Amino acid sequence: MLKYIIKRLIFGIATIFIVSTLTFFLMQQVPGGPFAADKSISKAAQKALEVKYGLDKPITVQYINYFKNALKGDFGISIKQRGRDVAQIISTKFPVSARVGGISIVLALIFGVPLGSIAALNRGKVLDRLIIMFATLGIAVPSFVVCTILMYFLGVKLELLPTYGLTSPLNYIMPVLALSFYPTAYIARQMRSSMLDVLGQDYMRTARAKGLSENVILFKHALRNAILPIITYMGPLVAYTLVGSFVVEKIFTIPGLGGEFVSSVINQDYTVIMGTTIFLATLIIFMNVVVDIAYTIVDPRIKLK
Amino acid sequence: MSKHIISGHLNLSPEDFLPASKEEKESLVVMRQSVSFWQDGFRRLLKNKVALASLAVFFVILILAFIVPIFYPYNYAIQLKGSERLMPMQYSAGELARIAAGEKVFPHILGTDSLGRDYAIRVMMGARISLIVGLLASFIVLIIGSIYGSVAAFTGGWVDLIMMRIVDIIYTVPDILLIILLTFALKKPMKLLASAPGFAWINVLGINLISIFIVFALLYWVGMARIVRGQILVLKEQEYVTAARALGAKSGQIIRKHLLTNTIGTLIVTTTLQIPSAIFTESYLSFLGLGVAVPMPSLGSLASDAITGLQSYPHLLFAPAILISLIILSLNLLGDGLRDAFDPKLKN
Repeated sequence: MLKYIIKRLIFGIATIFIVSTLTFFLMQQVPGGPFAADKSISKAAQKALEVKYGLDKPITVQYINYFKNALKGDFGISIKQRGRDVAQIISTKFPVSARVGGISIVLALIFGVPLGSIAALNRGKVLDRLIIMFATLGIAVPSFVVCTILMYFLGVKLELLPTYGLTSPLNYIMPVLALSFYPTAYIARQMRSSMLDVLGQDYMRTARAKGLSENVILFKHALRNAILPIITYMGPLVAYTLVGSFVVEKIFTIPGLGGEFVSSVINQDYTVIMGTTIFLATLIIFMNVVVDIAYTIVDPRIKLK
Repeated sequence: MSKHIISGHLNLSPEDFLPASKEEKESLVVMRQSVSFWQDGFRRLLKNKVALASLAVFFVILILAFIVPIFYPYNYAIQLKGSERLMPMQYSAGELARIAAGEKVFPHILGTDSLGRDYAIRVMMGARISLIVGLLASFIVLIIGSIYGSVAAFTGGWVDLIMMRIVDIIYTVPDILLIILLTFALKKPMKLLASAPGFAWINVLGINLISIFIVFALLYWVGMARIVRGQILVLKEQEYVTAARALGAKSGQIIRKHLLTNTIGTLIVTTTLQIPSAIFTESYLSFLGLGVAVPMPSLGSLASDAITGLQSYPHLLFAPAILISLIILSLNLLGDGLRDAFDPKLKN
């Protein structure tokens, strides 16, 4: 077990290193550079700025310097947003994304698991068909379509909800709905098929033969076993909500990390690109490891190797 | 032939032992023809109404995207002066005058956008781009994934180990981060390449579009490689592979002739399900403004442009939004149907 965790951690660190190295050299390939778009800066001032941020040195030197500092926990200061350092930007932007994403994940679980179970228990009936229809649609409709349609009906037409910002609890409703749509549908689909699988198992018949009540059978035997595959999905789900937030944050003008990443790529703000990439990659990889370990605790039948 | 009433013994006569006549022989021949893999699969597919319906929808979209634009009287890039921001089926003042003069003017079925371009043709061209991206990207994934997976599984040993570790690492890479960076970073080398002689076709397709293909080629084949490897690991232990080797077949021959042909069901199904996911990613990138270049429309960029005028021109959003959902939905359902028909084992 410990050996497995260590192995996974080493792997994770290697992946983060590869991703950040790739990112570092890729972003240098983009023509222009952070100061090219800014016409107000003179050639001399541009040179001075490049010296200040160490951009005049050869790429390999920059690369080594960056990782030396990063290992010390110093991710540099933003090139475009004067005077703000990257750690500070991430620590103010990430909680916003995490709040919207976290609520969406909880919502997806609260609705997805019961929906899938109800569909499986009513297999072939109208209710099952309706839930399957919802799940198929939910997987096919891209998040930006969900966002814009919600915005049109709830925000523009009925004027029930505010369409931008995050100032009141009402602001959260649409982004959270849009972000949780796909995972709810996916979880419902997965839950239905694993529940059907469990309902056909021998131990279900044994439980009935023992004379246990339907509730005990359903919650202690069926649900606990059927929910296992959902746990494996939690890692990718976190990645999805972070990624899905790129679009959702753009549409609803939420000041989160996803929007920050996209604009930093467009502005070629090197240090912010590197910082957010390393941060998001670490988060996603770390979540995958945690999910794998949690899986063995919940299901002792699985042996990690 | 009669039976004895009590003991059940047969009362046989010498005639019962004569050779069988021609008719008797024929009645024993099995009448049913053997059913091939393809016939069996297609028969199952034809019974699946949902899959057939989505196939029909997909065909209609294909015709709209690739054939209708050829005959369509408007062009996706040409701006019609004086016909900006028309509602669906509305005519501009100039066009009304031409109609009054007895001229026939083709209606703007979905109106026009803020620059006076006919919106119906733009949506159709957007669908064309999305479909090209989906089909080509899945093809690239199919080629790289199946070759990589089969070589890893067939060679086995430490080669397999190293190859699959590489897959593991690419698998854990957060893809959207790299896609955004790559599409950005590839612009300059692509522009250089496009100006070189012999590579002018890059400009025709658009630099961003090709960058998207390269990204897919680099990142998305890993799922396919894993599936193919899993299948081939099982198949290579089969007796007919041993037999082929005993007859002196080379490794490449065995992979091509015996192993890949036996995984064809899985390959078809996985590729079909890959198409909507590629379209999904492309529309997503275009929506963020990182996809195909203007004036080329894509369903994602059309939807993105429509948001600013949502209040007064909601149809500009709904047309591309509904079309992209229809494309992905029909391909998903078709893929599910193909899986049930050709590869039932793959179901979860």
